[in-house]
Amino acid sequence: MSFWSRHQIFEKNSIVLIVGIMLVIAIGGIVEIAPLFYLKSTIEAVEGMRPYTPLELAGRNIYVREGCYLCHSQMVRPLRDEVERYGHYSLAAESMYDHPFQWGSKRTGPDLARVGAKYSDEWHVTHLSNPRAIVPQSVMPSYKFLAETPVSTENIADHLRTNRAVGVPYTDDQIVNAVADLKTQADPDNGDTDALLKRYPKSVARNFDGKPGLPTEMDALVAYLQMLGTLVDFKLYNEKANLR
Amino acid sequence: MTKQTDSVKWMTIGEGGLTVILAAAVFLSIIAAAKAEDTAYAFHVTLAGFASLASIFVILNRYFERGALPPQEIDGRPNYNFGPIKFAAVASVFWGIAGFTVGLLIAMQLAWPDLNFNLPWTSFGRLRPLHTSAVVFAFGGNVLIATSFFVVQKTCRTRLAGDLAPWFVVLGYNFFIVIAGTGYLLGVTQSKEYAEPEWYADLWLTIVWVTYLLVFLMTLVKRKEPHIFVANWFYLAFIITIAVLHLGNNPALPVSIFGSKSYVAWSGVQDAMFQWWYGHNAVGFFLTAGFLAIMYYFIPKRAERPVYSYRLSIVHFWAIIFLYIWAGPHHLHYSALPDWTQTLGMTFSIMLWMPSWGGMINGLMTLSGAWDKLRTDPVLRMLVVSVAFYGMATFEGPLMSIKVVNSLSHYTDWTIGHVHSGALGWVGFVSFGALYCLVPWLWNRKGLYSLKLVEWHFWIATLGIVLYISAMWVSGILQGLMWRAYTSLGFLEYSFIESVEAMHPFYIIRAAGGGLFLIGALIMAWNLWMTVRVGEAEEGVLSSPGAKLQPAE
Repeated sequence: MSFWSRHQIFEKNSIVLIVGIMLVIAIGGIVEIAPLFYLKSTIEAVEGMRPYTPLELAGRNIYVREGCYLCHSQMVRPLRDEVERYGHYSLAAESMYDHPFQWGSKRTGPDLARVGAKYSDEWHVTHLSNPRAIVPQSVMPSYKFLAETPVSTENIADHLRTNRAVGVPYTDDQIVNAVADLKTQADPDNGDTDALLKRYPKSVARNFDGKPGLPTEMDALVAYLQMLGTLVDFKLYNEKANLR
Repeated sequence: MTKQTDSVKWMTIGEGGLTVILAAAVFLSIIAAAKAEDTAYAFHVTLAGFASLASIFVILNRYFERGALPPQEIDGRPNYNFGPIKFAAVASVFWGIAGFTVGLLIAMQLAWPDLNFNLPWTSFGRLRPLHTSAVVFAFGGNVLIATSFFVVQKTCRTRLAGDLAPWFVVLGYNFFIVIAGTGYLLGVTQSKEYAEPEWYADLWLTIVWVTYLLVFLMTLVKRKEPHIFVANWFYLAFIITIAVLHLGNNPALPVSIFGSKSYVAWSGVQDAMFQWWYGHNAVGFFLTAGFLAIMYYFIPKRAERPVYSYRLSIVHFWAIIFLYIWAGPHHLHYSALPDWTQTLGMTFSIMLWMPSWGGMINGLMTLSGAWDKLRTDPVLRMLVVSVAFYGMATFEGPLMSIKVVNSLSHYTDWTIGHVHSGALGWVGFVSFGALYCLVPWLWNRKGLYSLKLVEWHFWIATLGIVLYISAMWVSGILQGLMWRAYTSLGFLEYSFIESVEAMHPFYIIRAAGGGLFLIGALIMAWNLWMTVRVGEAEEGVLSSPGAKLQPAE
């Protein structure tokens, strides 16, 4: 029996063919994916990472909803020009609480992994409302409607709870105070900012959209953008210890 | 199969069971609509309710109208089931034109941002997934379902398995498309590229896809031919692997079962790996394996030649499905994914060049002794040029997966150009070629309404592709070079926005190319419509033209 005629077992038996296909396609995926869950070196040891505040999480959901990731990456590569343009290259640890990740695949606009604290809130609000008012050559759509839409708050605790169920370490304290924290962060004059800061170190409470009244989707999105890439202190980061 | 007599008519288990399930679905939709937490979810469950209600009506109506169930054979010849295939073929033309139109719009938005109209529903970020899903899953998916149901019946010489099941697959799949597409416009997305639909759409697709696998498999099982034809290996690998990828990439926990938002189970680096394992193999198995099956059936059929090499098709098949799965990490070069994974991804992507070209050679060389037909038959030319584009894209792919090349090409328009040389040139042309063959066969016509119109379609679309991909090569490489350019004093030479500004003329050329491609598709739609409406009927029912297929021995 020649080698080629042995192949007939696949051609004459659909179940054998299916089993063959399953085995062959399983190998690559298992070898590449499974170790990422148990190799300790996959995610660097860093200090400063914390789950998103309720307002930042709401902002992140708007970022996802509007498809921002289709034009903006959040992954600075360790290449000279990128590090000079955007800042320290991105670490796996920086997105370990991201369900799903937002690394992106295309830069029609610049990378946003370290956009936090680079521009003023007012810059972001004006730019999101009318990008060409600030950058005449920009091709970004206008997101004026964000400033007119109140951010939904009533089930934000459920969002935190769901995140905890998929692995984000939110505490009971954070879940119970989710609504209060959300409001405080966008309106620090009428809330307990010390408690917010204790629950979420390095969080910044400001009236992001500059308008009085209920927190808007603009508040949430700008709060998210302003924290991107700001949690890890790279002066303290030990690059050598995390060489992979 | 239930036995039928003329005097007593029983409802089949399928008819009865589906009616009960659909009635339950109507009831559940009403509850879910009442408790819905967001408008998109309410809209979708309402749609589901109405779709279930309409399906109950159609099933019952068919039951009262019909006599016995259609027989498996008539006069010793298989009684092929073409109804669902016709639906999928029409749907593919419709979705193709819709998807190309949205693609043209978003291409123009990048050149003239005012075309975003300052509305949430028409902004680039929401329309781009609509474009990709409409062309890949709606257009491509319907072509795959139509051709796979056709090819599996013909090459197994048996009627499609199941009575209502094939219809369930076709209609259920298109319902999934509607839910996914309207969801994007309303901002419902889980932001995983090419897997954007939210949890409830994913669950529905799982049910439809398993049914698809069962229909296909049961047809193979009851085949009258001793061998399973090579095209069916590819269809089977496509169906199974897409199921595995879909389940691996999409597990998510909804915030509420009455709301659209969910959070994916995976996070960060693992999620990225899962996503591009999925994303790259959506290309590998949906857009490659499935369409290679089309190549292996339609090119031999149209050229009236056997497949060039049986042994090559065996090597091609196992090598391509084994190697493709590894290639995902090349989408994550220089990212925070560990280096060992990136290196594996790059290595296997380069190796993938060989089986890809093996397949190309097998397709092209099938024309041995029939090359003259390229001059006279524009449909065959379209099929063959698609294989040439496949060869080009599968050379460019391994090249771009090399880390140093990727450091330039990644994040730029080069990727977009690469995707479109595969999508427009390979997937688009092989689909058009298949539709040009399929429509006369399904509607029992002697031939197409006009081969001249096919010529026009071919040249207009080819010109469109050339404009598209050359514009994206130039803009992509320009972008990559501008980002890394330094002045003699060691400063970055260009600000980011200068690279955006430099793209403008290329975005206009790209949109022009896309426009031409759309015009070609409109010509095809007209041609196919006229073929069905005024085409001359073929004599000798049920047989399709062309030589008999060689058994794969």
